[in-house]
Amino acid sequence: MYLRKIALAGAIALMGSSAMAACAFQNTVPLKMLSAGFEAWKSATGAMAECGNFTAELDQDFGKKQPEAFAANPSLYQIGGVSNGEITPLMNAGTIRPLDDLVAKYGQNLQPNQLIKIDGHIMAIAMQVNTQHLMYRKDIFDKLGIAVPTTYDELLAAAEKIKAAKVVDYPLGATMGVGWNLGEEVNNMFLGFGGQPVNPDGTPNVNNEMGLKTLDMLKKLTAYEDPEYLTSDSTYVQQQFQQGKIAMANLWASRAGAMDDPKESKVVGMIEGAPAPAAMAGGKPATTLWWDGIVIAKNITDEEADAAFRVAMEGLDTEMVTAHNTDSVWLIKGYVPGRLAAGAFATAALNPPPYPSTSAMGVMHMAMDGEVGAFLKGERSAADTLVAIEANYTKGAKDAGILK
Amino acid sequence: MKFKTFAAFVAPSLFMMLLFIAAPLVLVFVESFYQTNPRMEAVSVESCTPGFGTQTCTTQTKIQPALDASGHQVMETQFVGLDSYRAVLEPQKLWDSLRTLDWNGIMQIDFWKALQFTLLFTFVTLPLVLLLGLGLALAVNNLTKSLRGPVIFVSLLPFIITPVIGALSIRWLFVGDGILTRAMEHFSGTDISMFAQTWTIEILMMFYRVWSNAPFAFIILYAGLQGVNQDAVEAAMIDGASRWQRLRYIIVPYLMPLITFVALIHLMDAYRVFDEVVGLRTQGHVISLQYLTYQFLMPDVSGNRSISRAEASSMLTLIGIVLLLIPMLRRTWADQKGRAQ
Repeated sequence: MYLRKIALAGAIALMGSSAMAACAFQNTVPLKMLSAGFEAWKSATGAMAECGNFTAELDQDFGKKQPEAFAANPSLYQIGGVSNGEITPLMNAGTIRPLDDLVAKYGQNLQPNQLIKIDGHIMAIAMQVNTQHLMYRKDIFDKLGIAVPTTYDELLAAAEKIKAAKVVDYPLGATMGVGWNLGEEVNNMFLGFGGQPVNPDGTPNVNNEMGLKTLDMLKKLTAYEDPEYLTSDSTYVQQQFQQGKIAMANLWASRAGAMDDPKESKVVGMIEGAPAPAAMAGGKPATTLWWDGIVIAKNITDEEADAAFRVAMEGLDTEMVTAHNTDSVWLIKGYVPGRLAAGAFATAALNPPPYPSTSAMGVMHMAMDGEVGAFLKGERSAADTLVAIEANYTKGAKDAGILK
Repeated sequence: MKFKTFAAFVAPSLFMMLLFIAAPLVLVFVESFYQTNPRMEAVSVESCTPGFGTQTCTTQTKIQPALDASGHQVMETQFVGLDSYRAVLEPQKLWDSLRTLDWNGIMQIDFWKALQFTLLFTFVTLPLVLLLGLGLALAVNNLTKSLRGPVIFVSLLPFIITPVIGALSIRWLFVGDGILTRAMEHFSGTDISMFAQTWTIEILMMFYRVWSNAPFAFIILYAGLQGVNQDAVEAAMIDGASRWQRLRYIIVPYLMPLITFVALIHLMDAYRVFDEVVGLRTQGHVISLQYLTYQFLMPDVSGNRSISRAEASSMLTLIGIVLLLIPMLRRTWADQKGRAQ
């Protein structure tokens, strides 16, 4: 995560306020936005900037700044870019406003699918969906006669063949860096085996058969991964793909577009997408569904909120999507799914669960992230690791007030 | 100096120190015995998330913070005594591991793992920084005058580079097929992954710290060398003292107060090692005490933090630094007293 932060510190894009003709109105209210820094946000904020008086800060560590920035009065940013993870602290603190009025006023072009409703109110406008799914080198699979794996056991068999053929450095890319990514992988696999990491009463629920299977599978996968997997994140795996060093990975849909970018990729046209493999035969894909979208701060004037929403709608319009069709799996009207979006669509068709937006999941995510590394390195047994995850979670949940 | 004049000079800085250092320290200490968290309530919430084509709406019971009438979280504070310290130190687990002589068990407790690395890091880099700094100072001192300026400038470069940037450069030089890893692979003929195991990462971290901090030792000691009594050195040469003997019996004793000073500063800095963990992204393998505090303090995706554990761990870090410095400070104190008499 930190590498991304620093890499993006340079890329904190201060979009100029030079108004261009593409925006339907001239914005006169100074507006600021904070969001993540991946390609889709660059495109969307670029389109918003065309309305004038708009500054966007793109920072991969936005999630750490946003809760405090939005809690200020007046809020430091009028618009926030969030996913279904980062909306939780904003909802919890009550620092974003319901958008029902604004949607009625300016949201004629929105698709019903884009309206994120929580407890009956529209709290966010989604622009894209994102999910980790299998991306693979079609040329290698064809050459070695490997069928696209649908379960992780098949994936292991495929990895073994690729390893034996020695066509790439590592058969499998790993988004397993400690910091956030490893927790995500553990959670994906655990859900894939049918687990539910936190009980409704807030107690942990990972020390079970599904937990053992999860750890066992993750360990088996590491045999085919870059040995530096504990420091490797999505950006790193994307680059490994682009440089032809890996043959497959369970990677984010938002990263797919970059595979066909001739400026940075050596594998243009060779990558295909497929559903995320299931953890067990007949199970759902071992992945979660995410969305990214905008929220509007509560601690600002109604006039600012009005302007902010209008500018945001300009950024999320059909014109922007047409210009940046391959950046993402857009939810916006006018999007034509491209070749690289097929895998994400196929994954979603199999109904993986949405990533749960809860306080408890935030704690559990980091508990998994913090404890599983020791198991993968062979310093601790699987059984002890599951106990450690629950102990770690329990401490964090007490600090957060989830458990007494 | 009259006391009044002295007070007038010292008061502003004393006031600032009290306000910005002492007061927060006392506050953190007091707060570490309390726990503050939002009051949580279990509510049933229907949330709709976009699927492809249609939305999926689910109703689930969520435990979330209760908001008061004005829309703010209701915070609750309670006295928890030493609970936060216990949560960080895990005395029970430590004792169990100690009894069975299970080193690996101790290393599974974040605090002790971080302490082990922090101490190792501090005590390995300290002599290396001093030796390299002294070596550089002596070498530059023996150069012809015209070369000294450029050499000093080049030697100071690592010290000038922003720490995070320096650490990042090391990461990029060595991670995956980084240039230097490639070079090592080329010369050794084996496949090397510097970020795959703990000990290589530790070496990189220490290498970076020595590289970036030796210039500080160098410049201080080089300044000290300018004041070495040349009469004493010449007298020693006439008496037939070798280069080594001159260094050992004249120069190093003369530089000793400066060496103690550099060591003191380095101990304090190294014990708070943090940039290396963040810049090299080593948290999967290696963490330090300072990083541990940071980790407790940083919100997770849902915005939860462990502030009371962060307070406990920062107090423990502070205690550690004080313990480390006591011998050095006592020595300096004795020196000062000796000189005053």
